[in-house]
Amino acid sequence: MFKYSKKLFAILAAASMLFVVACEQQGGKQSKGKSKTLKNTQSKGFVRCGVSQGLPGFSNADAAGNWTGVDVDVCRAVAAAVLGDANKVKYTPLSAKERFTALTSGEIDILSRNTTWTLSRDADIGLTFVGVNFYDGQGFMVRKDSGITSTSQFKNGISACTNIGTTTELNMRDFFNSKGISYEPVAFEKADEVVAAYDSGRCDTYTTDKSGLAAQRTKMTNPDDHIVLPETISKEPLGPVVRQGDAVWEDIVRWSLNVMIEAEEYGISSSNADMMKTSENPAVKRLVGTEGELGSYLGLDQDWSLRIIKQVGNYGESYKRNIADTGILPDRGPNNIWTQGGLLYTPPAR
Amino acid sequence: MKLKKILPQLLTLLFIILVFGFFTMNAQENMGARGLEFGFGFLKTQASFDIQFSLIDYDGSHTYARAYLVGLLNTLLVAFIGIILATLLGAVIGVARLSPNYLIRKTASFYIEFFRNIPLLLQIFFWYFAALRALPMLEDAPMLLNSSFMTIKGLYTPAPIWTNFDVFFTTIIAAMIIIFFFARYAKKKQEQEGKRLPVFFISLAIFIFLPLLTFLIGGVDLSWSYPVIRQMSQSSYTFDGGLKIPPELIALTLALTLYTATFIAENVRAGIQGIGKGQKEAAASIGLTPNQVLKLVIMPQALRIIIPPTTNQYLNLTKNSSLAAAIAYPDLVLVFAGTAMMQTGRAIEIVGITMATYLTISLGISLLMNWYNKRIAIQEK
Repeated sequence: MFKYSKKLFAILAAASMLFVVACEQQGGKQSKGKSKTLKNTQSKGFVRCGVSQGLPGFSNADAAGNWTGVDVDVCRAVAAAVLGDANKVKYTPLSAKERFTALTSGEIDILSRNTTWTLSRDADIGLTFVGVNFYDGQGFMVRKDSGITSTSQFKNGISACTNIGTTTELNMRDFFNSKGISYEPVAFEKADEVVAAYDSGRCDTYTTDKSGLAAQRTKMTNPDDHIVLPETISKEPLGPVVRQGDAVWEDIVRWSLNVMIEAEEYGISSSNADMMKTSENPAVKRLVGTEGELGSYLGLDQDWSLRIIKQVGNYGESYKRNIADTGILPDRGPNNIWTQGGLLYTPPAR
Repeated sequence: MKLKKILPQLLTLLFIILVFGFFTMNAQENMGARGLEFGFGFLKTQASFDIQFSLIDYDGSHTYARAYLVGLLNTLLVAFIGIILATLLGAVIGVARLSPNYLIRKTASFYIEFFRNIPLLLQIFFWYFAALRALPMLEDAPMLLNSSFMTIKGLYTPAPIWTNFDVFFTTIIAAMIIIFFFARYAKKKQEQEGKRLPVFFISLAIFIFLPLLTFLIGGVDLSWSYPVIRQMSQSSYTFDGGLKIPPELIALTLALTLYTATFIAENVRAGIQGIGKGQKEAAASIGLTPNQVLKLVIMPQALRIIIPPTTNQYLNLTKNSSLAAAIAYPDLVLVFAGTAMMQTGRAIEIVGITMATYLTISLGISLLMNWYNKRIAIQEK
């Protein structure tokens, strides 16, 4: 009898513990006020950032495990703003398939992984896009010796390698259908496998965002044997994403990105940020924290934006460091400030 | 006293219900907080993505439910081919392992030790990214059997074009039914009169002759569509007509077959070795030929040992086929738990459906094999 009741006790204890955990979890969700994500991030001491599994220029790890890229810089900017140190980021490499689940399930707090902003993603699956950090479009890469210089030369039966689970797969169908061309889609889960398959001749063309094509071309056996066709078949505004339901965190990420863009607009860079403190221009002074109380609206201190500019740099610096100087896309094209003929235009930080 | 007996079971049940309740509650709570709704309505919406290889008519204008079916059939296809090939190869290797010939025996052992000790995913990558990549481009591919081409883009073979296929198909079914009843009749005759009919050859004759007859009088006709090469650009080609078997399917089937066959071979060896030597000697002493000894005495007993562990291997092969996602073979995981999940964002629903599907396939195979196992088991009288 004694042995038996001991077992019973253990089961009961386990069951009641589960209940306590369940109740606690629910209690936590209902508390309003300060951003829960911000609180968690500050108590953990690092920003949990979801990135790609390796896309040069956007998010790519070197041999020592240091992440660089324009997408990485968004997370670094948030870390600088929230924690005071741009290096306090924990990166989680994610496949296209895993990325949204990782974000909605709470494994990461920012998804900065060349992700296209679309209506269905924004509205239907519990995500919120906070802005655009790269204006991209889908293109095609072909082998130079094919003699193809335009998508109009594509013929029935062409096989196209791509990634699964991306807008690419959908655009590709729209494109070939509208041209009335029959094609063979070969979709892989990982980008490296797409590159390997295309490189070996399994496919006649490789299609993804043009920035991605430019970056992946550097990974081919002979990059010079391949060309990216001039046509762009879709709009792909890429940007950071957060979970729906934490408006404060959403604002923090949005304005961390906006600060980088606006800093470039006003000519504030990592090297001159401290000198700009004495600027006459109120817009500049607001960005370097000598005027207004912008930080307090976000639950942050006064120097949050100054730290972003000093530690990460403005958008132009980030672009130059990651995309232009690495030879991926030296021409900024649409990814220039609006005053320079580009599309980057942010609401004023005031 | 009775209460004492059922109380632990009741508590266990309660515990399980609590755990499930907790998971459900937690999922609902979290989905609610993120504005997600649980539901299967998305299955009826348009999928909008194309699939490389499909056994049924499909394109992006069909629904997600149809895309699911395409993935499921592709999984079943690779599992079906894999199981048949692995069984045949496994049986041969298993018998070879016991061969009195030193070279054959050692080759079989080496094959088993080599293939079963390398992770399956690596083998899949090897066949897809190394072995099949060494195949020629389309324009350089030599013609095989005067009709087919093995190329880097896949195997192109002639495709059959049937007239009145349904007549042909019905005849095959009819032939099978006739063979079934004939076999029963032959067995009965042997039991009653002690006469053995050449069942195998007569069955084979029925199976070949009856369908052939439909060509002569049933209006059935078969012609072939041959693959013809066509240039798409200065350096790329494609084939028109014929049947295309994608390299992804070939690589996956090869890897699954070679890997699983090693385990089946070991099962076969164990089965044969598990039968006492006396059985063979006794059978020979009553005048059975060596063939009859194997067929009537050894195999029926060995099968009892072989079937249960082999069922496990069939299940493994089916589940391992989900590694297809790594090499772009559009199976259930790649199409449904991959693309469809990404496009809809319905992670919980889709993973749930996928798990239920694999469970159903596995239970189906188990049931079938258990039934077969029972049929060949010793009838205790």
